[in-house]
Amino acid sequence: MKAALRWFISFAGLVAAWWLVVILTGVEPFILPSPLLVVLKLIERWDYIFENAITTTIEILLGLLLGTVIGCFSALMVGHFRPARRWLMPMLVVSQAFPVFALAPILVLWLGYDMASKVAMATLIIFFPVTASFLDGLRRTEPGWVDLAATMTAGQSHARLRILWYIRIPAALPALGSGLRIAAATAPIGAIVGEWVGGSGGLGFAMLHANARMQVDLMFAALFVLACITLALYFTVDALVRRALPWSPDSALSVE
Amino acid sequence: MPGSQAGQSPFKESEHGVPVGLRLPGVSLSHDGRPLFTGLDVRIEAGVTTCILGASGVGKSSLLRILAGLIAADNGVEAVGDHGAPLTGQCAYMDQRDSLLPWLDVLANVSLGNRLRRRPLNQERARKLLAEVGLAGRERDLPQTLSGGMRQRTALARTLMEDKPIVLMDEPFASVDSITRHRLQALSARLLTGRTVVLVTHDPLEALRLGHRIHVMSGHPATLDTALSPPGLPPRDPTDDALRQSYGELLARLAQESTNGAGQ
Repeated sequence: MKAALRWFISFAGLVAAWWLVVILTGVEPFILPSPLLVVLKLIERWDYIFENAITTTIEILLGLLLGTVIGCFSALMVGHFRPARRWLMPMLVVSQAFPVFALAPILVLWLGYDMASKVAMATLIIFFPVTASFLDGLRRTEPGWVDLAATMTAGQSHARLRILWYIRIPAALPALGSGLRIAAATAPIGAIVGEWVGGSGGLGFAMLHANARMQVDLMFAALFVLACITLALYFTVDALVRRALPWSPDSALSVE
Repeated sequence: MPGSQAGQSPFKESEHGVPVGLRLPGVSLSHDGRPLFTGLDVRIEAGVTTCILGASGVGKSSLLRILAGLIAADNGVEAVGDHGAPLTGQCAYMDQRDSLLPWLDVLANVSLGNRLRRRPLNQERARKLLAEVGLAGRERDLPQTLSGGMRQRTALARTLMEDKPIVLMDEPFASVDSITRHRLQALSARLLTGRTVVLVTHDPLEALRLGHRIHVMSGHPATLDTALSPPGLPPRDPTDDALRQSYGELLARLAQESTNGAGQ
């Protein structure tokens, strides 16, 4: 309850500051519309915004799912198989040398103007934080746990695989959880960039379109909805991670 | 393989069978280019507790880790049983970190070994052992809700659950307060009776309380002296006169070793 109140006060403060700026500077509505204009536009064009928000949300969720699956897979590969570490690790680092923004036009060229290219963008942008954090967790298993498990499985076949499954993966889940939180917060960037570069739907497309027609109030309304989606996503992921890992001290850390 | 037929008689006290002694013939190990021991012969008697006493950094933990198969000796020597057979899978290992997995409850932690080996979990036996160490009723609690002493008792139950003929302990009670340590020593002496136990410690009193045989490990590279066998059976009472006498002798040995070491 207290937390909700704090959120509300912060939000109201921001809106008030925004309004104050508009009133004090007398800025034109097509440069910076007042909050009231944005809310009116949001209500007026709700159908249009909602439809595009659905598109963007689906892109984000698909990207999040794919990025998480691929990220976990590559972290497990690199973390478990030594040859994979030598070959895959440099590739992972190099892959981050290509800015996703620069790749966007190529992805649109290859995958088309519809959803696939946006999902690919979101996947690309979150794949690395997921891989890096999960891998970090896999590498930092408490040495005592590994020693213990090693004596318990001495002489057993597949001992390394079992230690991975029963010890190292569960031990790495809190780190994966932080990776997923970052992923939830950054996945929308991928989808929006994809929509900017070439698309026929989604909030990014709607904003670009509105911007070109000087409908700045519509742009702000779309932006507001996008922020709401991102926040909802972040807090959902955060809650799920905390619920899944009640034993992890990390769970107490995130935003309350 | 002893202990692997879990489930056949969950209520029997132990399934580890005949006690096994062990040998480590001529083992060498160096750390950062400095030899910890060279050609050290280790013989551990079957069915009794052997304490290896020494100062920090003398290499006693490394020696225990070689026995446990956790690190390899420089010359590839591995621990073998009395009859020269390798010891793979016959040792349970416990150190001062309780190493309880925070995502498993107490009961699941105790049966971790069977889980890792894909054996029947044998939770009846796990519950019985938890009751023995005084943790009945805490089976479903997560480790972080337990005190340090309780965590170490859980670790002891997990070690016993392994039901291996050889138990290797590296300062197992060093991280708990002295009263808890005193109780844990009595408990483990009782529960480990009849097994071959190697216990590494820097505390002469702990060695005297728990060891049938006590070796002092010292020097660079380190050597083991001939075993001291204090009178009486563990767990010995620390206020006992005979134990005080042995304590004096042990301190003399430790002191002598350290002056020898300083002279080198």
